Amino acid sequence: MKHARVNYQGRVRQAVERDGQLLLDDGSMLAFDAVEWLPPLAPVDTPRTILALGLNYADHAKELAFKAPEEPLVFLKGESALNGHRQKTRRPAGVDFMHYECELAVVIGRTAKKVRRDDAYDFIAGYSVANDYAIRDYLENWYRPNLRVKNRDGATPLGPWLVDAKDIANPMALALQTTVNGRVTQSGNTKDMIFDVPFLIEYFSSFMTLRPGDLILTGTPDGVVDCRPGDVVVTEIEGVGALMNTIE
Amino acid sequence: MSLAIKGTVYGTLLNFRAEYEAWAPHMHEAPYKAPPKAPVLYLKPANTWSGDGASIVVPRGTEQIEIGATLGLVMKAPGQVGSLVLMNDWSIPHTSYYRPPVKFKCLDGFLGIGSPVNAQGLDPRALAIEVRVNDRLRQTVRFDDLVRTPAQLLADVSEFMTLGTGDVLLLGLAAERPLARAGDIIDISSEPLGRLRQQLVAEAA
Repeated sequence: MKHARVNYQGRVRQAVERDGQLLLDDGSMLAFDAVEWLPPLAPVDTPRTILALGLNYADHAKELAFKAPEEPLVFLKGESALNGHRQKTRRPAGVDFMHYECELAVVIGRTAKKVRRDDAYDFIAGYSVANDYAIRDYLENWYRPNLRVKNRDGATPLGPWLVDAKDIANPMALALQTTVNGRVTQSGNTKDMIFDVPFLIEYFSSFMTLRPGDLILTGTPDGVVDCRPGDVVVTEIEGVGALMNTIE
Repeated sequence: MSLAIKGTVYGTLLNFRAEYEAWAPHMHEAPYKAPPKAPVLYLKPANTWSGDGASIVVPRGTEQIEIGATLGLVMKAPGQVGSLVLMNDWSIPHTSYYRPPVKFKCLDGFLGIGSPVNAQGLDPRALAIEVRVNDRLRQTVRFDDLVRTPAQLLADVSEFMTLGTGDVLLLGLAAERPLARAGDIIDISSEPLGRLRQQLVAEAA
């Protein structure tokens, strides 16, 4: 099942996908463009942990002139960085290079502490698509990638759906692609991750407890290009969804 | 956990002038290549949150961890400080500031959180935190010589991200951070902000 969270008539509602429309929790059916889409995540009591990987595809690591990392390069972001499907993300004035990053997002379903990789899939609630925008002009070599690059308000769209884990037979073999104004600019496959999803759950849970609703954004492959105001960016992962965002 | 913090907690690197100046000769060297321009921040996620009286686990293979006595600005509205809170930003010692310090700073329990106190009438620059290990005074942390004053830090961070209601911004860590090991009792206190007492325990085999 594909779950969404939307704002409709001033109220936040749960919805699921049904025949190309949204079925709301009150039984009504709505077109995709009739609602305001929110990140497809239920609220949590304490801020959710959002882990994001850098350089997790060999080709992207090469593109950025780094050798492949020997352990995951991870950074954290706050929930205010998230944004919904069909929303806008601001490009700051005067910057030269703002690029999307299409990423498979893993949503944790059970409290995970010292999980072994063979058991890792049991701790996943589902999957979504993230677009982890970066403003490269602001990159500095202190706790890189620094938060000014990666933790900007609304610069991490997530959605449209949270797809139940059981509906994704093999998350490590999904085609992903990005289009800018309809033209394909990035394509890859989750099979090319350097550190795969079970490894990441084992690695993170070895030193920190992951909780239901926490997110792991698993990195992006080769093919990032500059995006300008007005550009429509669609990050899409096979079977998970097509996440649309417009630069403003 | 019934801690009085609800929002996201952001820490600040290199905001004590003494540490900044110690680093300055190396800031143009690889891999840094230039001094930091914008504030350098990191997160302390919810799994790190721990309260007064908590036992903090020192991971196997790590002999001692750093005591990071600091103050947090708690937002009552975007850009507006409502209260101050005493915090212990525990870290596994690390000598490189090149990559985000997740595996050094985001272990379970690695952020001790005191009780927030109304910020009205309190100037963080005039406050001091006393750090005691097993009841012996080891350090007094003062906030009167920061690279960015609390107001400047808040303004510079707000230039690139919103600190929303309930979010917390830490003012930074002193250049010298005392070390402690399993069995130690660590007490940090500040006259108007109260006290936070935690003990370190070894990771079970």
